[in-house]
Amino acid sequence: MTRDMVLRVVAKLLIPFILLFALYVQFHGDFGPGGGFQAGVVFAAAMVFYAVIYGLDNARRVLPDWLVESMIAAGVLLYLGVGFAGLMLGGNFLDYFVLDPDPVAGQHRGIFWVEAGVAITVSGVMLKIFYLFAGRGTDGEQ
Amino acid sequence: MEALIVNVLLAMMMVAVVVLARTRNLFAVIVLAGLYSFLMATVMVALDAVDVAMTEAAVGAGVSTVLLLGALHLCRSEEAKPVHKPWLPLAVTAATGLVLVYGTWDLPAFSDPEAPIHKHVAPRYLEEGPRETGIPNMVTAVLASYRGYDTLGETTVVFTAGAGIIALLRRRRRAAADKEAP
Repeated sequence: MTRDMVLRVVAKLLIPFILLFALYVQFHGDFGPGGGFQAGVVFAAAMVFYAVIYGLDNARRVLPDWLVESMIAAGVLLYLGVGFAGLMLGGNFLDYFVLDPDPVAGQHRGIFWVEAGVAITVSGVMLKIFYLFAGRGTDGEQ
Repeated sequence: MEALIVNVLLAMMMVAVVVLARTRNLFAVIVLAGLYSFLMATVMVALDAVDVAMTEAAVGAGVSTVLLLGALHLCRSEEAKPVHKPWLPLAVTAATGLVLVYGTWDLPAFSDPEAPIHKHVAPRYLEEGPRETGIPNMVTAVLASYRGYDTLGETTVVFTAGAGIIALLRRRRRAAADKEAP
């Protein structure tokens, strides 16, 4: 954690915009560059930035370990769930055309949830790796 | 103009790599590696691959640099002198590099529209994609819909990497706790 006033204030100003940009990259990925992977890493980078400036303990209070670990599995399960939803509705695995009466709307729905799954897993893994690396030095001292 | 920008950036990356290899201070090495990633991200922007640039800037220059700094916190900040002479590894690396350059002579020219990879399924994606998926961004349509299986595999790889890191670093911590207990 840093006591530098300039860094703390600038971080507080920047982090909301980085998080907003992550959401923009996620939900605008159908039209502009971006998608689940990019949104996931930008979100994780914003949280790492927060942890570097305000300390690992504060970051762990915002996104606790159990939540980050659940995100790692939840994203893959969501992706698989979209695949099995296609099977249930009479299509093939990961067939989005059957997800909605209108095939094009079905494609939109499938891609939306698949990208959400990718973003959740990627940001969870990035954050977990950072937590484990950053936590090691402090654990040794205790 | 674009070729000039890319070549200047690649030359700067080459300088960064040479300095990186010669530097012994690990903090400077980490900063140079971050610089290298930012230059790579800029090359990607110049080549119109903005999504790759975003990933490179966030992962390569951002998160990796922080992780390496965290690792530096656990070890000494000066690189130890190498035990062996570098000539054999240098010769192997140079030979491999020459073989790879020889291999590129057979590849189609850079961004050649007549290359076989652009003649296989790509025209069908470009022609039918917007109508079938209703999504203007071809990258998203191919990535999440046409190549949904591949992306599922990639997501599983990321999941496996996370699970592996958890398994490796967690066990170390429990072993330390066991040592303290008795």
